[in-house]
Amino acid sequence: MSNETTTGTDERVKEMSSFRNALIRPELGGIIGTIAVFAVFIFLAGDSGMFSAQGMMNWSVVSAQFMIIAVGACLLMIAGEFDLSVGSMIGFAGMLIAIFGVTFGWPMWMAIILTFAICTAIGALNGLICIRTGLPSFIVTLAFLFILRGFTIFLPQTIERKTIIGGIREAAEGDWLGVLFGGKILQGFFVYLGDQGVIAVFERGTRAGQPVVDGIPMLIVWALGLVVFGHVLLTKTRFGNWVFASGGDAEAARNSGVPVSRVKILMFMFTAFCATVFATCQVMEFGSAGADRGLLKEFEAIIAVVIGGALLTGGYGSVIGAALGALIFGVVQQGLFFAGVESSLFRVFLGVILLGAVILNTYIRRLITGER
Amino acid sequence: MNAQTEATPIIEMRNIRKTYGPVIALAGVSIKIYPGECHCLLGDNGAGKSTFIKTMSGVVKPTEGDIIVDGNVQKFENPRAAMEAGIATVHQHLAMIPLMSVSRNFFLGNEPTKKIAGIPFYDREKADHETMEAMRKMGINLRGPDQAVGTLSGGERQTVAISRAVHFGAKVLILDEPTSALGVRQTSNVLATIDKVRKEGVAVVFITHNVRHALAVGDRFTVLNRGTTHGTAERGGITPEALQDLMAGGQELASLEGSLGGTV
Repeated sequence: MSNETTTGTDERVKEMSSFRNALIRPELGGIIGTIAVFAVFIFLAGDSGMFSAQGMMNWSVVSAQFMIIAVGACLLMIAGEFDLSVGSMIGFAGMLIAIFGVTFGWPMWMAIILTFAICTAIGALNGLICIRTGLPSFIVTLAFLFILRGFTIFLPQTIERKTIIGGIREAAEGDWLGVLFGGKILQGFFVYLGDQGVIAVFERGTRAGQPVVDGIPMLIVWALGLVVFGHVLLTKTRFGNWVFASGGDAEAARNSGVPVSRVKILMFMFTAFCATVFATCQVMEFGSAGADRGLLKEFEAIIAVVIGGALLTGGYGSVIGAALGALIFGVVQQGLFFAGVESSLFRVFLGVILLGAVILNTYIRRLITGER
Repeated sequence: MNAQTEATPIIEMRNIRKTYGPVIALAGVSIKIYPGECHCLLGDNGAGKSTFIKTMSGVVKPTEGDIIVDGNVQKFENPRAAMEAGIATVHQHLAMIPLMSVSRNFFLGNEPTKKIAGIPFYDREKADHETMEAMRKMGINLRGPDQAVGTLSGGERQTVAISRAVHFGAKVLILDEPTSALGVRQTSNVLATIDKVRKEGVAVVFITHNVRHALAVGDRFTVLNRGTTHGTAERGGITPEALQDLMAGGQELASLEGSLGGTV
């Protein structure tokens, strides 16, 4: 950072202001995008209820969903691999919980733990195949996109003769592990806010007097927890260094004694773990598992990660950036609804943001890394 | 015989053979490397240089022959075992990640950690500080420890890689064609780095096919040709022309050289 520590300066290197140094970071594109998106929607939909407690909860939940899968996709992408089976994994994991917990009638905690074990094992298998065969993860996980989706439709049809299995909420009633995914926190605080008139309360009905937003869903807690975990892991631990190295140049990393295969397989498992967290929160919220859940989620995760400044070919990126990418995604998707804009324009908007962010990110990255 | 050769070699490779099926890559190569010397390993493409140094650095297991480190016979199961014995390799593809910062590269695989609440975290301050210190010693001016390796020149990258190996206690430093892709000034920087490292008592094995680079810093010279060695020569005991001939393994080059006016 400072030049005083060196014995001399290279006359060809321009002095960099500390302001510019602070500005040039992988997340810059995500930060600018977030500010721009909020500015646009405060202007377009500021009086539509988008920024009331209820409205904020609405887009926060959607953003948190994107965040959960974006963290996994981000770490995996930095490690130099892709996982296109995330969406199918979400559907598959949800279906497993429903089959174990409802059809088989096992306790919900057992269904959840078993599902996590199976899904992370499939993640490990994804990674193992990529490492052992040397095939691009793009192809291997594309195969799993179809395999897992196929099972997600086949299993409930064979066992229950339907593609949606309900009754999960009832089965999870009072379950200690179910609460960790489907519960809410800070309920007392929100009741207090409602009593104080800070947030809206129900005017009539059986819940009259209770706040409309009655707590922070565990989904958001998981999202923030995973973002913090991912960020600390990546930037503050030696394992994080290995993740960057494995994606930056696997051969060079191996030469330096980094266990590249282990790092990559662990990141595949983490991505599968994130997809399962998403699925578990989702089935707890909806009370059912459907064979079409999680469709296209893999691309949404990758888009959020790329908006957040990660390099598609690996070795560079930021979890905070990916989280901001997910936030942009959620705010735009829900904001267009609040602003009363035709919903099909969502895709146009998304495409424009994606392109703008990637161009900006490429420029920033060149400044940092000296790529030409 | 100078004083060095009377000391015990830090590493001795005795009669190393390596075959890949019917292909004989090394047909019994022996060399001795002494502390504080720059031992040049010369040879044309396909002479077996790469295979030979791979056996030395634990990447390849020899079919026959002994590796003796500090007087003890060693079997390197993997590169890590060789590294632990103090043998470090700076590869042709540098073990450097261009997208990562100098200090993160410097400590890659050997990250310092500090425990906070029992969890080992990457000690960035220590890494940054020690990196800057080591770089200053080698005469490289960094903008900062977080400068990406991609912004360094080829020669600077070599120097970072070399000083990293020395920092982590390398007693034998294998440099695999460090100057082959460099310009004139960068080459002389790398040769100067080799000289500094040698003066610290590290043995340098310098692989090259450029006789001029070898003669600039080498103390002793071993020529490999078609999997065998043509013996080791002392500095001053051999002319550049003789070295060149040994590398080519015959007289063809002499006639070729004649027609090119002695510039090869």
